[in-house]
Amino acid sequence: MTFIAKPKINYAGQVKNKLGLTVHDYEGTISTLCAGCGHDSISAALIQAIFELEIPPHKISKFSGIGCSSKTPAYFLSAAHGINTVHGRMPAVATGSNAVSKSLYCIGVSGDGDSLSIGLGQFAHALRRNLNMLYIIENNGVYGLTKGQFSASADIGSKAKKGETNEQQPIDPVKTALGLGGTFIARSFSGDKEQLVPLIKAGLNHDGFAMLDVLSPCVTFNDHEDSTKSYAHTRQNFHRAIRMDFIPPAAPISTDYGEGKTRTVELHDGSHVLLRKADQDYDPTDRSGAFTYVTEHQKRGEVVTGLLYINAERRDMHGIAGTIDEDLINLSFEDLCPGADALAELQNRFR
Amino acid sequence: MEALQKGGLNDLVIKLATVNGTGSASANSLLMRAIFRMGIPVMGRNYFPSNIQGLPTWFEIRVNHQGHLARSGRVDLMVAMNAETYRQDLAELSPGGTLLYDSTWPRGTSLVRDDVEILGVPLAQMCNDAFTGVRPRILMKNIAYVGVLAALLDIDMSVLRSLLEETFSNKPKLVDGNLQAIDLGFQYAAEHFACPLNIRLEKLDKNDQHILIDGNTAAALGCVYAGASFAAWYPITPSTSLMDGFRGFCEYFRKEPDSGKNRFCILQAEDELGAIGMTIGAGWSGARAFTATSGPGISLMSEFLGFAYFAEVPLVLFDVQRAGPSTGMPTRTQQSDLLSCAFASHGDTRHVLLFPSDPAECFSLAVKAFDLAERLQTPVIVMSDLEIGMNDWMCPKLEWEDSYRPDRGKVFDAEALEQTPEFLRYHDPDGDGICYRTYPGVHPNGAYFTRGSGHNEAARYTERSDDYQQCMDRLTRKFQTAATLVPEPVLIGTGQATTWGVISIGSCDGAVREAVELLSDKGLYVDYLRIRAFPFGERVQAFLDDHEHIFVVEQNRDAQLKSLLSLEMNVVKDDLVSILHYDGTPLDCPTVYTAIYDQVKKSAAA
Repeated sequence: MTFIAKPKINYAGQVKNKLGLTVHDYEGTISTLCAGCGHDSISAALIQAIFELEIPPHKISKFSGIGCSSKTPAYFLSAAHGINTVHGRMPAVATGSNAVSKSLYCIGVSGDGDSLSIGLGQFAHALRRNLNMLYIIENNGVYGLTKGQFSASADIGSKAKKGETNEQQPIDPVKTALGLGGTFIARSFSGDKEQLVPLIKAGLNHDGFAMLDVLSPCVTFNDHEDSTKSYAHTRQNFHRAIRMDFIPPAAPISTDYGEGKTRTVELHDGSHVLLRKADQDYDPTDRSGAFTYVTEHQKRGEVVTGLLYINAERRDMHGIAGTIDEDLINLSFEDLCPGADALAELQNRFR
Repeated sequence: MEALQKGGLNDLVIKLATVNGTGSASANSLLMRAIFRMGIPVMGRNYFPSNIQGLPTWFEIRVNHQGHLARSGRVDLMVAMNAETYRQDLAELSPGGTLLYDSTWPRGTSLVRDDVEILGVPLAQMCNDAFTGVRPRILMKNIAYVGVLAALLDIDMSVLRSLLEETFSNKPKLVDGNLQAIDLGFQYAAEHFACPLNIRLEKLDKNDQHILIDGNTAAALGCVYAGASFAAWYPITPSTSLMDGFRGFCEYFRKEPDSGKNRFCILQAEDELGAIGMTIGAGWSGARAFTATSGPGISLMSEFLGFAYFAEVPLVLFDVQRAGPSTGMPTRTQQSDLLSCAFASHGDTRHVLLFPSDPAECFSLAVKAFDLAERLQTPVIVMSDLEIGMNDWMCPKLEWEDSYRPDRGKVFDAEALEQTPEFLRYHDPDGDGICYRTYPGVHPNGAYFTRGSGHNEAARYTERSDDYQQCMDRLTRKFQTAATLVPEPVLIGTGQATTWGVISIGSCDGAVREAVELLSDKGLYVDYLRIRAFPFGERVQAFLDDHEHIFVVEQNRDAQLKSLLSLEMNVVKDDLVSILHYDGTPLDCPTVYTAIYDQVKKSAAA
């Protein structure tokens, strides 16, 4: 397998954003994933969202670990730097990069094996330090590249293609993130682009760790009957608890959705998320309430989707570390090196 | 070995046996700094347990007017403050030496030796009478033995006083208390013993241009001066104080004047995998970034080291080595990570290593490490050890040239990228194996998606044999380039025609230098080459070519430096004779001297 460059097709009347770029300028190389893979829909949603946000592609850094999901950063934003790291260790690399170049948008793409098995520790700690990034888990409950082993997100009773039944408790990234103090916790479905695009936009503009768990069926190894991560099963059981609109800074906020059912949260850059609740009692700023809600629906076999929890107040990693406003990589050497006189003076301490 | 067998004026070894957590470290440091301030070359070594409180600990001070400060293998004056180790401490004392103990409690009758002098001072009793409170009594007991030693060794009281005044400038009461304790010890010794002893101190003027500093602090300072803005780490002995030092210096030097915000970012990671991953992320993004660890951390970091080698990401890693394998002896020194660092990670992988021999070189090689890492776009591992990292060494004052500018290596900026529509990250236009890199966010033309998987010149995934092999061969070429850029070895020739040579690295230096000098005095000439980097380079090969018999001195069981020389250089393995020291203590001079002396004599007789 090798890469296939995607031909750029230009035609009259193409929609351009304010940077003069078309959606094709946000694409990557041609995907080598299986036809119908949910991951490709997520890449398409990323392209759509970033095009609409009008972010220059090279002002984004892409990060991934190992697995099918982690190949996908090649399939969007060719004009952005990216780094395909080692298995389960993407959060660390993203942390270091963001620490020194905070002005770039940071997107991490991972999978359920990469984040919930080998990389559970790194995932948890990136969450804890509230690293300012959009962290997408392309969740299909299965190891694809090694041909169909269960992952840690496989549901109890789910059957593998070869017939084995999973008996181990799944690790749910949403509930894990709620427990670990996550500040932006969402779930969606690769087949629901209408929901996915605004979630990506809001996640990118959230100042902190935006965890987006996307159910993304594996057409080859986990799309059969008795799988709880198949297209059919997900379509049948997913439940939009909250619809979310992303409203850029200075855009008007419409509130004609009905009393008690909407709520806006302002993000640090002045943009807003407008939450439209399917259930009037649901409060996406109540951590324990969110946990209970998700759990209750799981008991009924339902997968709750939407922006399930948000806290836009907590400081991100840079706030906690007290770093300067500009990127550390832009500091001049004069700002970094104290010089010979300071060294001479300092050494009086060592006598 | 008679030259090292007896102490004398400004030439002695004091060993202090205490219990950790009792404040003895302050007393020992006071003692060593007083000797330093008297202008006499001195070094102190701390042998401490991996424990917070209650276990035996020793501090060994070597004083030598010629400046030889490696372990001498001798103890002239033992301060035996720990009843638990009393028997062992008495046994370790050299014949003709003096043992000082706390005579508040009776000494076991079996603990005698005819060939040493034993002096008892009722330290606890005196301090219990003079001070109130449990903690002050314990602490002052230690300060009081400094007073006894001041009388026995002729330490300048005014130096002790000014050191205490500097230390406790904010707490004058403590100055008085400490001086009182010192005086108690001093008066007792003056009244009861013939002071001073034959081994004693006399002011010199050898230290004006020197400082006392440990290697971790010096390395941290080097990172500040090199312009490192990012560090990630996971606490592990004996590297922790390196990051503590870096934070301290950054807090001091790197605050943005108006906002008070940090011109640095230091992150304590969840483990060593996280620490090096973060360092890679920062290095890839264009910052000078480093991490520090010890052996177990190297094991954990290995996968990422292979990634950084293959994806060609610059970073600096300090390995402050301790005794392995596994957890080993966390507070004991060794040089046993050579092979695991040189080839860390699976596949055909190799790394640039630097070997500082003292704190001054930790400073200068830290700076060099960043230049090399960015020039070569690869990890550079600075191989320090506990002996260098955690002990206070007497070093020449650190020097800095304000004309220094960092070598950021081959980087395309926005302007260059504007002219480069087809940027190829892994294309080698100059033939030295080093490609041009770009930082994220600078220009869309500079974008690439790098990876630890097989890649072609455009950084794109490949499983093509020719692409893969071309990349691997270029990395070989790059390593050959590295051999021409790394610090050259230090040659100390005897100036005599000799077929004998000795090769060593790092903290072996003091012991080897002293041994070679002593051998020279005996008419046995051995040239000495101290290697400062891997890959080794031409001058190491020339030394191997020029000598028929070469001793390789190192601090590990398996002769790892010798193995590396045999693997990488053109040398007959049998021509290399190992001198190995690996019991966890720092290398001493007699071990080296005796091994070389015996072999050379045997060879002459044959």
